[in-house]
Amino acid sequence: MSDSPEHTPGHTPKPPHGVFDERKNIDRIFYALVGVCAAVVLADFAYEKHGHFDFENIPGAHAIFGFVAYVGLVLTATQLRKLLKRDEDYYDD
Amino acid sequence: MINQIPPGMILMLGALLVPFLPRRPAQIWMLLLPVLGLSHLWMLPDNLLMATELGGYELDIVRVDRLSRIWGTIFHIAAFLSVVYALHVDDWVQHLSGLVYAGSAIGAAFAGDLITLFFYWEITAISSVFLIWASRNEAAYKVGLRYLIIQVASGVLLLAGTLLYYRDTGSITFEHMGLTGPGPIIILLAFGIKAAFPLLHNWLQDAYPNATVTGTVFLSAFTTKLAIYALARGFAGTEILIYIGAAMTVFPIFFAVIENDLRRVLAYSLNNQLGFMVVGIGIGTELSVNGTAAHAFAHILYKALLFMAMGAVLHRVGTIKASELGGLYKTMPWTAGFCIVGSMSISAFPLLSGFVTKSMIMTAAAEGHYTWTFIALLFASAGVMDHSGIKIPFFSFFAHDSGKRPKEAPLNMLIAMGVTAALCILIGVFPGPLYALLPYEVDYNAYDATHIVTQLQLLLFAALAFGVMMRTGIYPPEVRSVNLDFDWTYRKALPWLVVQVRRIGGHIWGEQKELALWTVRGALGIAEREYGPRGPFGEPWLTGRTAIWTALTLVAFLLLNFYMS
Repeated sequence: MSDSPEHTPGHTPKPPHGVFDERKNIDRIFYALVGVCAAVVLADFAYEKHGHFDFENIPGAHAIFGFVAYVGLVLTATQLRKLLKRDEDYYDD
Repeated sequence: MINQIPPGMILMLGALLVPFLPRRPAQIWMLLLPVLGLSHLWMLPDNLLMATELGGYELDIVRVDRLSRIWGTIFHIAAFLSVVYALHVDDWVQHLSGLVYAGSAIGAAFAGDLITLFFYWEITAISSVFLIWASRNEAAYKVGLRYLIIQVASGVLLLAGTLLYYRDTGSITFEHMGLTGPGPIIILLAFGIKAAFPLLHNWLQDAYPNATVTGTVFLSAFTTKLAIYALARGFAGTEILIYIGAAMTVFPIFFAVIENDLRRVLAYSLNNQLGFMVVGIGIGTELSVNGTAAHAFAHILYKALLFMAMGAVLHRVGTIKASELGGLYKTMPWTAGFCIVGSMSISAFPLLSGFVTKSMIMTAAAEGHYTWTFIALLFASAGVMDHSGIKIPFFSFFAHDSGKRPKEAPLNMLIAMGVTAALCILIGVFPGPLYALLPYEVDYNAYDATHIVTQLQLLLFAALAFGVMMRTGIYPPEVRSVNLDFDWTYRKALPWLVVQVRRIGGHIWGEQKELALWTVRGALGIAEREYGPRGPFGEPWLTGRTAIWTALTLVAFLLLNFYMS
């Protein structure tokens, strides 16, 4: 790793600049994800689906389930945190 | 000759040499041991029994069959990868305990009877605690004690259950038992402690984040998966395990979302993965037991990989708290990359190992018409995407830049992570060799269109939900904290109770000696009546009852000793 270049007077070393420091790049990743998501839902119309249960055969069923389950999980956990959160040294050991 | 060495013994005995060797030879020797052990295992024929006599009892110290062989195989691989990862460590205590621990877990997987199982079961407990104590700080010392008490208690219960089982059946052979009597019920409880069943689980989240960087990698592989093996051997098709397992997949993920210590997040995540395996055991069909074995195999690898990556961060940065990390991809790109392979494997993306193993259990649940269980597993799968798929790599390597610029992980750690990541990909792309190892014949194809598309929908929309919640600021920030879990009962409530009882006891003794003496006399009278020669407890005891009471007394004594000290 050569992340500590020699110090020359008058120059402060720049921190390495990563691709994810650009807001633009993060936006690109997000919109690419939206695009891929749309594609995998459309894919449901391109083949004969045979899920184990009837509800699985609704187009986009797993997409809806994944999104709702994820949001539900995180929101519930956030509420749970209010109840369970303590200081780091709560157990003093 | 080869047929007379029990599997695991090469590691256990070989380990004893490590403290006496100079550094280089010791490293080579440690790398060699799992290789020798695995080669030896594969030279043993199927259905081999090694029996010995001990005090007039016949013990089947080794039984080789397909179920034990796959566990023995992955345990050897895990031992090898853990040794590579720990190679830079200059502490013979950790090397010795790691290898003895791995060896005893292997030995246990081949135990043909319950007494031999008990013997190895306790060695895994005693050897592994040194991986926690090797952190050499006050917190680790206490955590280690708690861990040891719980692990030893599991062993004591196993022994008590075995004695009852022997009384009822006249056999100590370790084979399918089911819930056929008090013995097997107690044995199930013993296995359940080690498998981290709900409410018996906190030792896991307590111990693993407090072990050393390399110790946690060892720990993550053996104890809990040994318990899964034992459950698969003794209790396949026991219906209650389906519901226990389903609960196990769901509830740890809520804790994983709000946990700040990323190694503890992985411990919750490990717990959730064990749930899938327990469900597979509970269903008990050939497909589901195959699924459990395959998932255990894949899981040991990707879970070790994730613990390795987080360990590398801890090793370089000195903390593994999400609130203190971020942006590490700039200087630890290889570690970040390997971590992402582990994350995608546990989330079960197509072409990675979790995809070809977890779905066997899900399919078995669907085929058995366990609709709600199936939905619980699907929900848990979305949850895995959060805590292990996104949270682990995102908050350590990406997120906001913490300004930390640690060096890349040491070479031996990178090699261990690289090989493990390669195995995760290989299993995902070519599941055939793993399927060929499974206990039953496999007629299963993970790569059909429905499975690929639905799984991608589930995972990508979960990721989309994360993206939306991050952009709208709804996703909860990582903050310094601990979260209460069930261990609150024995870390806070019980000690408080002990203090109160002592205080009140002291008070009574000081102020009202007469009343105290009167109470004690009364108690003695009751004791005389109940436990005296004429009392119900005074009659000659059967071995079974003696075993239970001895075990309970021992456990009570352990606990008392812990709290009073």
